[in-house]
Amino acid sequence: MFDERSPIYRQIAGRIRSEVLSGALEEDEQVMSTTQYATHFRINPATAAKAFAELVDEGVLYKRRGVGMFVAPGAREVLRAAHRARFFDEVVEPMIDQAVAIGVDLDEVVDRIRARQASAQNASQEEVGG
Amino acid sequence: MTGELELQDVTVRYGDTVAVDGLTATLGDGQIHGLLGRNGSGKTSLLSVAAGFRRASGGEVLLDGQQVFENPGAVRRMCCIRGAGDTVEHDWPGDKVTHALELAATLRPRWDRGWADRLTQRFNLPLRTRLGELSRGQRAALGVVLGLASRAPVTIFDETYLGMDAPSRYAFYEELLADQVEHPRTFILSTHHIEEVASLFETVLIIDDGRLMVHEEADALRARGAAVTGPAEAVDAFTADLDVLATTRLGPTRSDTVYGELDDHHRRDARERGLQLDPVPLQDLFVHLTEATDRAHTHSATAPGGRP
Repeated sequence: MFDERSPIYRQIAGRIRSEVLSGALEEDEQVMSTTQYATHFRINPATAAKAFAELVDEGVLYKRRGVGMFVAPGAREVLRAAHRARFFDEVVEPMIDQAVAIGVDLDEVVDRIRARQASAQNASQEEVGG
Repeated sequence: MTGELELQDVTVRYGDTVAVDGLTATLGDGQIHGLLGRNGSGKTSLLSVAAGFRRASGGEVLLDGQQVFENPGAVRRMCCIRGAGDTVEHDWPGDKVTHALELAATLRPRWDRGWADRLTQRFNLPLRTRLGELSRGQRAALGVVLGLASRAPVTIFDETYLGMDAPSRYAFYEELLADQVEHPRTFILSTHHIEEVASLFETVLIIDDGRLMVHEEADALRARGAAVTGPAEAVDAFTADLDVLATTRLGPTRSDTVYGELDDHHRRDARERGLQLDPVPLQDLFVHLTEATDRAHTHSATAPGGRP
């Protein structure tokens, strides 16, 4: 998405967020240092520091003085909650706009969602039953 | 310790030619500034005055509040490496690379000898070779070593690294960035090849025809450009009230490069019109911005009779 990928510090913050979400970075694991980020991606150290500061504010990272930046305990849940909050604006609304633009009937979309929901419920019941 | 450089209404004239035209800017300390401009835009004239090599025809340059020109105290705190051809500050072609390094060690109060040695090795600089016999790339690399290891509070590279091959340039960026974390100082990098170095900059100054067009944080500048792509009519309607720098057409599709921050309202509007918004690389923004003034000049010069 354009908003996310334009300023570099946001791209870095986004990259770390998705690594935390996917579990590639675990809680209390150390992230790369400002110097490592700056030299590896050839970016201004202040830009990398800005990304870290944003993630500290969000509760995704915390700083250990003289050691470096670490993934905060509970960071994954913080991010999941934040993504849930933006989900309708960033995923559902554009999907509806696109459906309308290309002439997909919205009832059909709703039916599809309900069908998926039903099959997901069946699957979990089978799991419980089996 | 770092340095803040203030350019106050700086003008540089050569006879009737105005190379720099009343330029005012403050270059914050501890930051990496990119000075971008086309050939002949006044970059080198501006940097010569900024570094105290030449007296401004008008205006002042202050380093941490002190006049720079003919002020040995201020000049010693600055290191300006010019070009790839004449990077060696004291251009004695009979001297060897080692002599240049030794001289820098005596002139530069913060010279880091160990780092200079490591850099010399990293760039494969032949210590016993005479300065006059160095290749273009080697002269540029020597310039880079002299500038980096000086740790001068204001270090200026005026298109220095253009003579270096890609691996050497990457090594240069890596060394500069790693040192900037440990020993922050004010860097000014001037270039017209932007994309490779764009991400190094904290602020960007774009000069055109000796005038300052843009002075902004690099990330803010990046956020100011957008490419709007979609059906021609929809693009036209969307960009009607925006500052359009360039337009390209491909069949029924049109893409406008717009300059200026797009708010949430714009983004929603674009989505509803089925338009795609993409970021514009700094280099493209630079090309469009400096082309736009070119067109304006051509236009006013030839109006009303059209092209001669």
